[in-house]
Amino acid sequence: MTLALSGKEIAGKLEEQFPGGILDSGADSVTIKSDLLLSVASFLKDTKDLEFDYLTAITAVDYSRYFELVYQLTSLKHNHSLIIKTQLYDRNHASLPSVSGLWRGADFQEREIYDLLGIKFDGHPNMKRIFLWEDFQGHPLRKDYL
Amino acid sequence: MAIYSPGLSVLSQNAALPPDWPGGYWLHWLVFVVIIMTFVLASIMGFIYFERRGIGRFQVRLGPNRTGPFGILQPVADAIKVLLKEDIVPAKGDRIVHWLAPVVAFVPVLLIFAVVPFGGGAILADLNIGILYVVAVSSVTVIGVFMAGWASNNKYSLLGAMRDVAQVVSYEIPLLLSIVGVVLLTGSLSMIKIVAAQDLPFILLQPLGFLIFFMAALAEINRTPFDLLEAESEIVAGFHTEYSGMKFAMFYLVEYAEVLAISAIITTLFLGGWRGPLLPPFVWFLIKVFGVFFFIFWIRSTIPRLRIDQVMAFAWKALLPLALLNLVITGIEIVALPAISPWVIILINLGVLAVLVVVWSRFFKLGGGRVAV
Amino acid sequence: MAVKTELKLKTEPFVLNIGPVHPSTHGVFRMRVTLDGEVLIDLEPVFGYLHRGIEKLAEGRTYTQVIPLTDRLDYLASMSNNLAYVMAVEKLAGITVPERAEYLRVIMAELQRIASHLIAVGAFLNDCGAFMTPILYMIREREKILDLLEMVSGQRLTYNYMRVGGVSQDIPGEFLPALRKFVQRMPSYIDEYDQLLAENEILLARSKGVGILPKDMAINASASGPVLRASGVKWDIRKADPYSVYDRFQFDIPTGSVGDCYDRYRVRVQEMRQSVRIIKQVMEGLPEGEVKAEVAHFLRLPVGETYAHIESPRGELGFYLVSDNSIAPYRLHIRAPSLINLTALRDMTLGWKVADVIIIFGSIDINMGEVDR
Repeated sequence: MTLALSGKEIAGKLEEQFPGGILDSGADSVTIKSDLLLSVASFLKDTKDLEFDYLTAITAVDYSRYFELVYQLTSLKHNHSLIIKTQLYDRNHASLPSVSGLWRGADFQEREIYDLLGIKFDGHPNMKRIFLWEDFQGHPLRKDYL
Repeated sequence: MAIYSPGLSVLSQNAALPPDWPGGYWLHWLVFVVIIMTFVLASIMGFIYFERRGIGRFQVRLGPNRTGPFGILQPVADAIKVLLKEDIVPAKGDRIVHWLAPVVAFVPVLLIFAVVPFGGGAILADLNIGILYVVAVSSVTVIGVFMAGWASNNKYSLLGAMRDVAQVVSYEIPLLLSIVGVVLLTGSLSMIKIVAAQDLPFILLQPLGFLIFFMAALAEINRTPFDLLEAESEIVAGFHTEYSGMKFAMFYLVEYAEVLAISAIITTLFLGGWRGPLLPPFVWFLIKVFGVFFFIFWIRSTIPRLRIDQVMAFAWKALLPLALLNLVITGIEIVALPAISPWVIILINLGVLAVLVVVWSRFFKLGGGRVAV
Repeated sequence: MAVKTELKLKTEPFVLNIGPVHPSTHGVFRMRVTLDGEVLIDLEPVFGYLHRGIEKLAEGRTYTQVIPLTDRLDYLASMSNNLAYVMAVEKLAGITVPERAEYLRVIMAELQRIASHLIAVGAFLNDCGAFMTPILYMIREREKILDLLEMVSGQRLTYNYMRVGGVSQDIPGEFLPALRKFVQRMPSYIDEYDQLLAENEILLARSKGVGILPKDMAINASASGPVLRASGVKWDIRKADPYSVYDRFQFDIPTGSVGDCYDRYRVRVQEMRQSVRIIKQVMEGLPEGEVKAEVAHFLRLPVGETYAHIESPRGELGFYLVSDNSIAPYRLHIRAPSLINLTALRDMTLGWKVADVIIIFGSIDINMGEVDR
């Protein structure tokens, strides 16, 4: 059974490493500040006993005041999982560092989020639209599209 | 040379002269041209029908069975459909070359039938360089294919045409060398004399030569497993992607005419031509040609296809050395063992075949295609 | 960037477009490849030709109305899509599914896995060039499965069978005897295909060692399903994170060792055998009871979010569902295995030839409905 690690425990561990960066923690998720994303991600990937080597999915949700990005991480070795969330408040210039350097599986998923929601990822090797054509205006999955 | 039964048969000596008809030579020519054209076109229609039904049965389905009783009129329906289609030439393609390519591809294949003995002296022209003429003429077809690939102004077509040229040129050599084995046994290049010399069909006396010839011939006529140039799953339709209407029909005809020609050549060289007990010669000829054709499309429906570098490797590293060895062994047998009963030779040859095939399949690996980029 | 060669030949790379309309790209998928001769030096996948905006459409439909939308995602494995979606809804709503419904769901999911793998293996062999014979044999088996599924849901391709809280209707009387007959005969068919093809020289030459995906790259690129298992990682959601009633049944997880096309092919064939094994066990233990829990017509879920994933024939299919207590989902995100498996396509194909690119792409087994959504 994949153990969903307790958000509170991990939040405690992360707070030691990155003081002040943890905004919230739930039963199986931890919400962090968006500029700490890369450092937290590499910490989670490289620390022994955590070793999240598999990025299951990246999702972005448009709550009208903010965007929330949800990273689902899994460790194949230890068979446990964790959810990392971060929030972006600037709708017009939403951007975030890309994790495709750590997990290549983020490549197409980040392009999809840019295409449909308009969140740019810095450091992504090929930040282009993926499903819609290049000249398309707007980002369809936003709540204020149309 | 005592391997074949002594003396050429009386038949072959007479057939070298034109018949004693009113009008003489030119009437003979006209009659045979008509016979050959009819035979070729009718056989192609028959082959198309049999192949589609046969492959359908191999694939647990019926073949075409709607047009006419048992689907017999299917090739006719195909021909009518293709004739009625619009003839499209790509805008930037070379018009003259585009128009000439099917012609250049089809005419040489028809020319091959001039020296195929249909039975009992019935042949258009008994050239005394028969088989050499066949090989020379059949190489011209590939020029037509390359012209087609070039004139289509299409990268896929060019890719397909290049593959085809490379393949055909590479497989010419094992083809020739295996023919030389037969020629050594006969003592002549003439097709009629080759058939006359086969009291025992040469497939028994030259098993390795037969296998090499068969595989090289399959590669020459671009049939599975060497049909990568029209591999529809890779480069759409290869060199005839941009052809439609009658020109496409010509290429289609070329493919089947080549199969027919190769079946006829194999029958003549290795299976004893029109010779056989009881039935009239022409019927035996048809039976044998059809048998070879059945085998060819049986292979088509069963085996996957090879990649171009594997095809080339097979020609140069496997077939060519084997063909040379075959030649050497045949030569040694003729010179050093002149008066032995043919059955001993057959046993020796089969043994040599078994040993060589086993040894070569250990040595020869068809893989390794990755290039450092 | 060009191919390193020892000869100082001046060659010029050219760009070729494979797709979107192509006999072999498993749907509307386009690859812009840069070729140096026949060797691939760059590949850029372009998709979006089948983008229908399913995620946005789902936000305007009730939870039950979304189920037919999910059918059209991976249209060759509709039951699996339905299952993953209704599991997500049930997880968030806290609905328990009756036992009989769970068992029926497992039967449908495993039948669907066999059907999808038959097409995947058949299409792969078709790409290798085996003209259509293997795929037609496999379609013959798939027809039997489609008949079974039609008995249950009335549909042959997009079943719309699962509902929130169970399945939509119970199985008819003739289903179990037909299923028993199918399960008895299927292993012999799988053996027949194995026997015909697993040791075929040409198939081995075309696919062994071709398109290797190393283990680390597979994990790092978030590959899942047979692609991940063929690279040597023993990770299957049915064992690692069991859902429905999979923890009650015995089955093995086939893995490969090298991660080439041949391994992916073998993993799929073995998975079919294991699916038959699971179905046998499920049939024996099928309990009586209801097939659907009582659920409100306009279902409202508590505010929150959840993620549910299953092992679909193509990999890990997950649904991320966010609800705001209205009758429609607030956000539905689909983790599509085919899209994520494509991440490593470029690295798998660099340095190989055009013919291999098609084979490697076919062995990943993607479905454009899922990639584009």
